[in-house]
Amino acid sequence: MTRDEITSGLAEILEEVAGVNPDDVAEEKSFTDDLDVDSLSMVEVVVAAEEKFGVKIPDNEVQNLKSVGDAVTYIESNL
Amino acid sequence: MSRTDVVVTGLGATTPLGGDVASTWDAMLAGRSGVGPLTQEWAGQLSVRIAAQLAVEPSEKIDRVKLRRLDRSEAIALIAAHEAWADAGLADTGLDPERLGVSIGSGIGGATTLLAQDDILEASGPRRVSPHTVPMLMPNGPAAWVGLELGAQAGVHSVASACATGAEAIALGLDMIRAGRADVVVAGGTEAVIHPLPIAGFASMRAMSTRNDDPERASRPWDKGRDGFVLGEGAGVVVLERADHAAARGAHVYARLAGAGLTSDGYDIVQPHPEGRGAIRAIAKAIADAGIAKGDIVHVNAHATSTPVGDVAEIAALHAALGDHPVITATKSMTGHLLGAAGALESIASILAIRDSVVPPTINLDDPDDKLDMDVAAHKARPLDIPAVLNNSFGFGGHNVALVFTRG
Repeated sequence: MTRDEITSGLAEILEEVAGVNPDDVAEEKSFTDDLDVDSLSMVEVVVAAEEKFGVKIPDNEVQNLKSVGDAVTYIESNL
Repeated sequence: MSRTDVVVTGLGATTPLGGDVASTWDAMLAGRSGVGPLTQEWAGQLSVRIAAQLAVEPSEKIDRVKLRRLDRSEAIALIAAHEAWADAGLADTGLDPERLGVSIGSGIGGATTLLAQDDILEASGPRRVSPHTVPMLMPNGPAAWVGLELGAQAGVHSVASACATGAEAIALGLDMIRAGRADVVVAGGTEAVIHPLPIAGFASMRAMSTRNDDPERASRPWDKGRDGFVLGEGAGVVVLERADHAAARGAHVYARLAGAGLTSDGYDIVQPHPEGRGAIRAIAKAIADAGIAKGDIVHVNAHATSTPVGDVAEIAALHAALGDHPVITATKSMTGHLLGAAGALESIASILAIRDSVVPPTINLDDPDDKLDMDVAAHKARPLDIPAVLNNSFGFGGHNVALVFTRG
C-alpha cells in the first residue's frame, strides 16, 4: 500500500467521522489545527484506521500522530 | 404586584405533528393524529406496535457529522431551542450571557444511545464503544447542548420528574428569573425513546394502548374505549423572559407565565393518589401563585394520557380544585404522550390557545366515560376567549406540576 493510498483511506475516515472535506486532507495537515478534529473524534479516527488498515495503534502512540503524514508513516511501518 | 413578572417571548417545537411550532399547531387545530404503526423490524415481537414518531427527522435540520455525537433527545432539543431562540429575537440584542439560563429536562434521557452502545459492546468489544457515549446518554445532555450553542452562562439545569419534567423545567425557569439569577431562561423538555426496551417496559406495566390495528384512534383520553397511552417523541421549548426586559426591547409577548404549583404525592411510585390530593394542591398553588381566582381559569390543557385510571382521577381533581366551568382538552389524543416533553409541548398549546382564542380539540372522544362531567372540546377546536389557562402535568414518582399562563 502506497502513502497516497493510506492518505486517501484516512481521508475517507475523516470525512465519515468528522466531516472533513477529502480535498483538504494532505500529509502536512495537522489533525487538530488544520482539519479541526477534536479529541473525541480523533479517538474515532484511530479506531476506524485500525480496522481499515489492520494495524494496532496504541494510545501512547496516538499523541505522536500530530499530522496526517505522522499517521501515514506509522501505518505504513506497521502494516 | 411586587413580584417579578415573567413572560413568554419565544416558542419552539418538533413533534409528531410537525417539525416546528406553526405546523404542529395547525395540525392540532385540524384534529390530526400523529400516531402511526411502528414499521421497524424489532416492532414485530412487541405487544405494542404503534407510536407517535417525529413528523420531521432531525437529519433534515442537523448535518450528519454533528448528529453522530448527539442523542436523538439532544438533537431535537437543539432544534426546538433554536426555533424558540430565533422566535424570541434575542440574538444580537446584547443580552449578557451571564443573565441567560437554560432549564431543559428529559424523562428518560439518552436511553437509546445507552442501548445502542451496549449492542456494540456485546458484538465488538469495549474498544468499539463510541467516545461520544457518555455526553450522549447523560440526562443533562440536552440542556448542556442548548446552553453551549446559545452561550448561556447563568446556569444550565435539567430536572427529571418523568412525565412532569417539561412543566417542572418551565417552573424552574420561572423561579430562576424571579430569584434574580437570570433575565432570560430557555426552558422545556425533550424525549426520544422509541426503542423496544422502553416500550416493552411500559407495556409490561400494562400502561400502553395495544390498539395496533387502528393507530390514529389509539390515544383517546376520557373515552370509554381507552386502553393506555401511546408513546410519542419530540421536544418543546419556550423562552421565558423578565417582563420589563422584554418590554424594554419591544419584544413580542405571547403570554405571561403567571404561576406554578409543584407538589408530590408521597403515596406510590406509579399510581396517583386516588383522591388526587397532590394534583389538587398543585392546581391551587399555581392559581394562588398567579394571583388570580379559580373562576378565572376558563381552559385547562389536561395531563390526560388515555389511561383508564389516570384520566378520571384528573377529572376528579379538576372538579375539586376548579369546579366544572373550564373547557378542558387533551392534546395527547393527537400527539401521543411525549413523556418528559409533554408538559412543555402542552404549555405551548396553552399559550397559543390564549393567542388565538381557541381550544384545541380532544380527538377520538366518541363515547365519553361516565365520570367525565366537564366540558371537553371534543372532536373539533372550539373558539373561546381565554384570559387564563391551566396546564397540568403529572409524573411517575408522584410529581404534580400545574402552570398558569395568562394573556400577556
